[in-house]
Amino acid sequence: MKRIEAINDFVIKFANVNGSGSASANELFAKAVMRMGVPVSPRNIFPSNIQGMPTWYEARVCEKGYHGRRGGVDMMVAMNPQTWDADIAEIDSGGYLFYDSTRPMPANKFRDDVHTMGVPLTEIANAAYTDPRQRQLFKNIIYVGALSVLLDVEAEVFEALFAEQYKGKERLLESNVQALHLGRNYVKEHMQAPIGIRVRRADNVGDQIFTDGNSAAALGLVYGGATVAAWYPITPSTSIPEAFQKYCEKFRIDPATGQHRFAIVQAEDELASIGMVVGAGWNGARAFTATSGPGVSLMTEFIGLAYFAEIPVTIINVQRGGPSTGMPTRTQQSDLLSCAYASHGDTKHVLLFPQDPHECFTHSAAALDLAERLQTVIFVMTDLDIGMNQRLCKPFVWDDAKEYDRGKVMTAQELEAGKPFGRYRDVDGDGIPWRTLPGTHPSKGAFFTRGTTRNPQAMYSEAGPDYIYNMERLLRKFITATTLVPQPVFRPASEPTRLGVIYYGSTTPAMREALDVLDRNGDHVDAMRLCAFPFPESVSKFIAAHDKVFVVEQNRDAQMRAMLINELDINPSKLVRVLHYDGTPITARFIIRAIHESVQKDVHGGAGHVDQQATSAVHN
Amino acid sequence: MTFIAKPRLHHPTLHTNKVGYTRRDYEGRISTLCAGCGHDSISAAIIQACWELDIEPHRVAKLSGIGCSSKTPDYFLGASHGFNTVHGRMPSVLTGANMANRELLYLGVSGDGDSASIGLGQFANAMRRGVRMAYIVENNGVYGLTKGQFSATADRGSKSKKGVINSDSPVDLVGIALQLGATYVARSFSGDKEQLVPLIKGAMAHGGAAFIDVISPCVTFNNHGGSTKSYDYVRQHNEAVSRIDFMTPGSEITAHYAPGEVVEVEQHDGSVLRLRKLHTDYDPTDRYSAMNYMQSHAALGEVVTGLLYIDPLATDLHTSLNTCAVPLNTLNASQLNPGAKALDKINAGLR
Repeated sequence: MKRIEAINDFVIKFANVNGSGSASANELFAKAVMRMGVPVSPRNIFPSNIQGMPTWYEARVCEKGYHGRRGGVDMMVAMNPQTWDADIAEIDSGGYLFYDSTRPMPANKFRDDVHTMGVPLTEIANAAYTDPRQRQLFKNIIYVGALSVLLDVEAEVFEALFAEQYKGKERLLESNVQALHLGRNYVKEHMQAPIGIRVRRADNVGDQIFTDGNSAAALGLVYGGATVAAWYPITPSTSIPEAFQKYCEKFRIDPATGQHRFAIVQAEDELASIGMVVGAGWNGARAFTATSGPGVSLMTEFIGLAYFAEIPVTIINVQRGGPSTGMPTRTQQSDLLSCAYASHGDTKHVLLFPQDPHECFTHSAAALDLAERLQTVIFVMTDLDIGMNQRLCKPFVWDDAKEYDRGKVMTAQELEAGKPFGRYRDVDGDGIPWRTLPGTHPSKGAFFTRGTTRNPQAMYSEAGPDYIYNMERLLRKFITATTLVPQPVFRPASEPTRLGVIYYGSTTPAMREALDVLDRNGDHVDAMRLCAFPFPESVSKFIAAHDKVFVVEQNRDAQMRAMLINELDINPSKLVRVLHYDGTPITARFIIRAIHESVQKDVHGGAGHVDQQATSAVHN
Repeated sequence: MTFIAKPRLHHPTLHTNKVGYTRRDYEGRISTLCAGCGHDSISAAIIQACWELDIEPHRVAKLSGIGCSSKTPDYFLGASHGFNTVHGRMPSVLTGANMANRELLYLGVSGDGDSASIGLGQFANAMRRGVRMAYIVENNGVYGLTKGQFSATADRGSKSKKGVINSDSPVDLVGIALQLGATYVARSFSGDKEQLVPLIKGAMAHGGAAFIDVISPCVTFNNHGGSTKSYDYVRQHNEAVSRIDFMTPGSEITAHYAPGEVVEVEQHDGSVLRLRKLHTDYDPTDRYSAMNYMQSHAALGEVVTGLLYIDPLATDLHTSLNTCAVPLNTLNASQLNPGAKALDKINAGLR
């Protein structure tokens, strides 16, 4: 029988039941592999459910450090009878099946082309523990122990992790180590180990950290100086305000008084949460909300007000599958248009596209500065794939000398000295007016903020010239934004080429891998990662320098492509759609195939440009 | 509508208050509402109350939603920052503003359409949270700017100008405020300045969520026979439970009332509300009997006015959240970010 042989390059998938305590055991496994110096990128695949439904944890072990989802499964840890058949079917031929063999399974439940390894996990756990809860939890550790021998992961690595996790809780430490060895010993005594796929010590993790985008964004908001958070629970963004609370309680409580240097309000709905952020921003506090697509829909009226009345607002949008309730626990990049142009009338908003947790941190902190500098709404467009999965990334950095950019806020001293103030007047030519905060000066600088049209002195006006002045100034401000937002990242092909590819956000890890393979195979494409909207000049230049540019996205309607065409007057036939939107994260395999096929068609077909709609339904 | 702008020059003999301002300093721009609108009387009462309270005008932030009433913050306290937000959502904006700077006084002005229809949820939740503010609803039972549709506070059976009879039950904002935990709840009438001014003063000095429902007849669309929010109707059915006088901290108490009829309530900031009880069976410190009293009188067709409920020692959302005494909007980078060293430690914990 064929046997998959791979060192430090395989996918192991754990099929579990939601709420069974498997999540921490699976994370333990991933961390242990990383402590061996081998990068791992795990993904939680979970339903919109609290307990009882199936859940999966798919970990890609990859010495080269490709963090994108690979596709395919080399080893299945089948712990959920409910999904057994589908799970077994998913294993690549020559792969491995690990399962709890306590109860015998009929032969027709197995595959001939898959190596099957049964360990009586329940039996071992029941023999060692009497408490039902302990039996369940330690069963998870027992399977991790068994796997560690099969995959050649050192016991000492786990023991060190336990020692860190249960520092000061010696009993827990001991019992976890015991459970681990129950699993290890069974395999050593009864099975051939290691198997064809295994882990070997390497040195490719370095000083990277392993964290999720939502925690990272929350930490960025703490470092960036957010003091007011207003939010309404919605998957997959909920863990941002929760992590913000956790970090604030750790770092923002005055040790002398016990008082809080933050205010977090769980609002009654998204309309109220964004309203509170608008109120706090108007009043000079750094404020944010975190939400997902349906929340943005509800916030849209306020977003228009913040745009027009020029109030600093930061929104972290952890995108999920839409439209409507859509796929709440699956990932997509499908809120670009609804955020970029949120609200009625002519509006445009600044979007930032972090690629990983590290950038969730930096972009969230930067968003607070940008919101005050530009006096407008800043969206940080992350998604479920980045937000709710732990990922290896560069460690967080912070410069202690950095002061916050509070933007153009006129002080009482400046007003007193006679500096002229017109709330909506463009005095600096960058479209950004000066503002004053409520309560600044007894007789100067007060103004009435409104969503209706006004003249540069903030007085109600429906006069055409006043309206045009304001709208043109807002456009000027948007152009100024192109110089302030994070700039695109370029990666030229190894040889000169007329082909380009544009991508952004959570597509990045799969793209990095795809570009390596494409280049090796002779499909040379220059790449540009977009980090923000509006698009800086370098974006037009990149497109102009290529005959054909692929735009790789995780949505159905090629939203970024539409924005490029809309904002930069690009000939649509030049931009080729590469779209993956079934709710699973895009893979390098998918991108490679889509681009390769398109390139071959050009070479052999010669029928000019054909828009490729490579949908995930076909290629997944 | 008033077309003649008042002269800017101040008369030298105009009285100044303790902080050196004349009453004119509390005025705003010229009102663009209809002549005789009850809302203008409320604006005048707000001006009077703030002047008498010796509040520096710029220390007030005035917020509103959308509608006739929500336009009024432009017509008083011209030296204050104002925010005309979106329809029905003033409470959330005020809440956020209050979180940002606890040192300002927050005055929310709204209407019955704004607070009882589109914004009922935000109204209710702001009361629940105990946001420190004076929240005034200028209640005329009608949509003025869109020309006379019923609002959610219109009484069942009342007649619109076009002759339509309202068949829906009314929302009673006072009842909701009482039920949801507002700590200062009053109802008044725009035509009764003597009652309204001290009620506003008490609300501005209150330590928690203060709500005043002010019946404010719409002269254009809701001041006819068959309306229960007209000047005539409210005058005939006004049942005042109390008259209050407001005294700033430390001011001498000079008035004399018969014992048993007067209750003096000292608020957290030392200000004193002297309540002349007009109904001996009325207890303004009992939330539940206040609700009961109000509802039983409403059933008789009476509009109960006065200070209906007060918790003089009320606290607010900042107390619940235990926020620092310094306004959050004044904190700088060194006070807010934990620094590079702490970040290195966090990094180490993520490996």
